[in-house]
Amino acid sequence: MVPLHHYLLLSTLLFGIGLGGVLTRRNGILTLMGLELMLNAANLNFIAFWRHQPSPAPADGLLFALFAIGVAAAEVAVGLALIIAIYRRWRTVNLDVPNRLKG
Amino acid sequence: MGLTFPLIATVTWGAALAAMTLRRPVHSALALVVAFLGLAVTYLTLDAQFLGVVQVLVYVGAVIILIVFVIQLTRNVGLPSESLAVRPAVVGVGTAALVTGGLISCLVASPRFHIERSGEGTAPVKELGEALMANYVVALEGIGLLLTVALIGGVLIATRRPAKKGS
Repeated sequence: MVPLHHYLLLSTLLFGIGLGGVLTRRNGILTLMGLELMLNAANLNFIAFWRHQPSPAPADGLLFALFAIGVAAAEVAVGLALIIAIYRRWRTVNLDVPNRLKG
Repeated sequence: MGLTFPLIATVTWGAALAAMTLRRPVHSALALVVAFLGLAVTYLTLDAQFLGVVQVLVYVGAVIILIVFVIQLTRNVGLPSESLAVRPAVVGVGTAALVTGGLISCLVASPRFHIERSGEGTAPVKELGEALMANYVVALEGIGLLLTVALIGGVLIATRRPAKKGS
């Protein structure tokens, strides 16, 4: 059986990749993908801790991950809508170009 | 420990790395599909079958499709690919490496996390549904409301006409 810290190592590495992507990519869509990777790493932590708890308790950890998936879906919908709005205004998805809050 | 977990972990991590480093956004989206599928298989190895199915349905089925649609909608022919590439990468990659290294050193040093799993940890779908409908019903309604608001907000933001210049 795989011990807990292997799963935590995998999720840490995924989180690091997502963080590096968010900090280095200019394309707004790629930035959103990095965010999704970081959220997925957190979900992996929830499920790994749920499975390795001493007493097999109710499915609280699973439900936490389930709600996190729902919130991430809402977030990606709004984020992509923002990217489309930016594209319609500036004809680019480069996040360095939009520099004014007034449309 | 068999060979399964190292294999899944390597594929997942490699796909995530490819998704964040490839130059074309469509290739990144395809690599992200592999990463999400690898995560779904990881959930299966953790006895979380329902979450594995949800992962495939929501992420591979909905989020990636949405991302690919937006990539196709916002394709800019005249834009040189250079300007979409990495910006002064040292700062970003350095920060990410610092955070990851710190977390991993804590993880390896602490004996608290070196736990083997015990017992049968299955959560049948029936149990999940009962918990959702009994203890977590307010949260369930809340997330329904959140998704509705996100849907309406997404449509409003994406369809609004940009203001004319000078007006």
